[in-house]
Amino acid sequence: MGQRGAESEVEIVVDGQRQRVAPGITVAAALFNLGISALRRSVSGESRGPVCGMGVCFECRVTIDSRPHQRACMVAVVDGMHIHTASDS
Amino acid sequence: MTGEYFTTGEYAGTDAEVVVADVAVIGAGPAGIAAAASAAERGLRVALLDRGLESGGQIWRHINGVAIPRVAQQWLARLDKSGAQILRRTSVVDVSVDVAGFEILAESSGRALHIRVTNIILATGAREMFIPFDGWTLPGVMGIGGAQALLKSGGSFAGKRVVIAGSGPLMLPVAAALAESGARLVLVAEQAKRSAVARFAAGLWRTPSTLMQAARYRARFMSSSYSTGTWVTAAHGSDRLESVTVTNGRRTWRETADVLCTGYGLIPNVELARLIGCETRDGAVVVDDDQRTTIANVQAVGEVTGIGGAPLSLIEGEIAGLTVGSRLSVPLPLLRRRATFEAAARRMFDVFAPRAELRALPTPTTIVCRCEDVTYGVVQDAVCARQAKLHTRAGMGPCQGRTCMPGLEFLLAWHSDTVRPPIEPALVSILSSEVAKNAPSSFLSNSCVGDVYQ
Ligand SMILES: Cc1cc2nc3c(=O)[nH]c(=O)nc-3n(C[C@H](O)[C@H](O)[C@H](O)COP(=O)(O)OP(=O)(O)OC[C@H]3O[C@@H](n4cnc5c(N)ncnc54)[C@H](O)[C@@H]3O)c2cc1C
Ligand code: FES
Repeated sequence: MGQRGAESEVEIVVDGQRQRVAPGITVAAALFNLGISALRRSVSGESRGPVCGMGVCFECRVTIDSRPHQRACMVAVVDGMHIHTASDS
Repeated sequence: MTGEYFTTGEYAGTDAEVVVADVAVIGAGPAGIAAAASAAERGLRVALLDRGLESGGQIWRHINGVAIPRVAQQWLARLDKSGAQILRRTSVVDVSVDVAGFEILAESSGRALHIRVTNIILATGAREMFIPFDGWTLPGVMGIGGAQALLKSGGSFAGKRVVIAGSGPLMLPVAAALAESGARLVLVAEQAKRSAVARFAAGLWRTPSTLMQAARYRARFMSSSYSTGTWVTAAHGSDRLESVTVTNGRRTWRETADVLCTGYGLIPNVELARLIGCETRDGAVVVDDDQRTTIANVQAVGEVTGIGGAPLSLIEGEIAGLTVGSRLSVPLPLLRRRATFEAAARRMFDVFAPRAELRALPTPTTIVCRCEDVTYGVVQDAVCARQAKLHTRAGMGPCQGRTCMPGLEFLLAWHSDTVRPPIEPALVSILSSEVAKNAPSSFLSNSCVGDVYQ
């Protein structure tokens, strides 16, 4: 996404931190590019990240704009979006 | 099909939307796109549903600005002109049958959508098969197709140390795409024997365009190491992947890695077909020459009828689009092309059967069901998938067993369990939004579709 100009980027808030990311990419891609690998905690407390990338495995669930259990691989980033992951300590 | 979730008997007062059409095409990959376009061109009212953000399925899905192949552009343009209504971000969770036809229940951006149709074309595609091993739940371990999807949806692998380990033709294009995007491919490990892969390569001569493609893929990651008869036995890391253990049966070693892409081939997404009652054989939906399933007015096209690649999916889609709701006969050249590609597909996929050693991958403490964190030791004694689900909750989480069950069926020689609705987790409000038989229904139109997205 390096070829895109900074002016076309969108600003999202991830675990309380403002981040600028490429427009149109999925939330899973944005978090991957930001180096955030633990998206959710499993029932026994393990960190989990995306597996299938196609909406099947439900391992990429995060909270988006206060809605829990959203699949990060199935949602595109939007300017002003708030995302909460399991990496937030 | 049981209707078990439709308990209210009358309009439940939700903001459910109703769409009425002649044909619902479920899945907007190459197969579904071809089916929807061909049917709509005949003047039928067609609704094309897909849970994804964009039409295109596994191979043509793209984000703005990323080039897609010419054939994809042509089909998407044809779809655009055809008049088919495209419902994106729409997951089908249940289908029921009555005298008037089918009622499809879908979740569309958090709202219930009821689609009433007389014909269904299933184009639900395929997913990857995973075999669990120690550490496969660490962040950084993902599917081979998962990595491809992440890349296509804007993920950057530049500078990352990547190991690709698994089986099947999917490894080559993904390795090439990752290498091209700047990933450092540490190892590409194919579990199949060298002789099997050679047989596969020889078979490619019969389908020249595929051969050219494979050769190009190979050339693009030539500098990295490609090994046959090699597989990953464990992944290590504290809170994310740090390294993997690799073996070729004689020697075992470690490789440092940021990302491990793993997967053992593709399996058809037959859950919806089985829910409707369509017969399946060897994990694929059984269809006749017109792509009709064993259930009246339900056709199936593409990977859900057996793994065969995008060109075959397109032909099958076109055939279903031409024959849906009619007895039109399929043009002979189309039938001949389907036969050619089918033969090629069978040769392609036979050689990649997982080797017996892979049955020893999981240990008793390996998590097999990622949704419920059920270990292999706990499910091992169950005699079938049904028993495991009832006694251990394996396969009962949000993914409904779609991630773990195919692997467990391979490891423990289980038969598939029966399918119950909802096939995907859906909001309770959606599951309880039965629309009374005489509820006002809007005809499929732009305004109705627009409403759904507000
Ligand atoms: C992970 C993966 C990666 C692949 N990579 C390659 C590659 O690099 N090169 C190559 O030549 N081939 C590849 N293939 C094979 C290729 O995708 C297929 O041959 C081709 O896309 C034809 O598939 P299709 O139209 O039958 O299904 P697909 O393209 O898989 O499309 C099926 C669609 O159905 C939708 N769907 C499924 N269930 C539901 C539901 N309940 N509700 C709503 N929508 C639903 C899915 O979202 C999907 O978009 C890949 C396949 C997979 C599974
Ligand atoms: S990565 Fe599997 S559902 Fe998102």
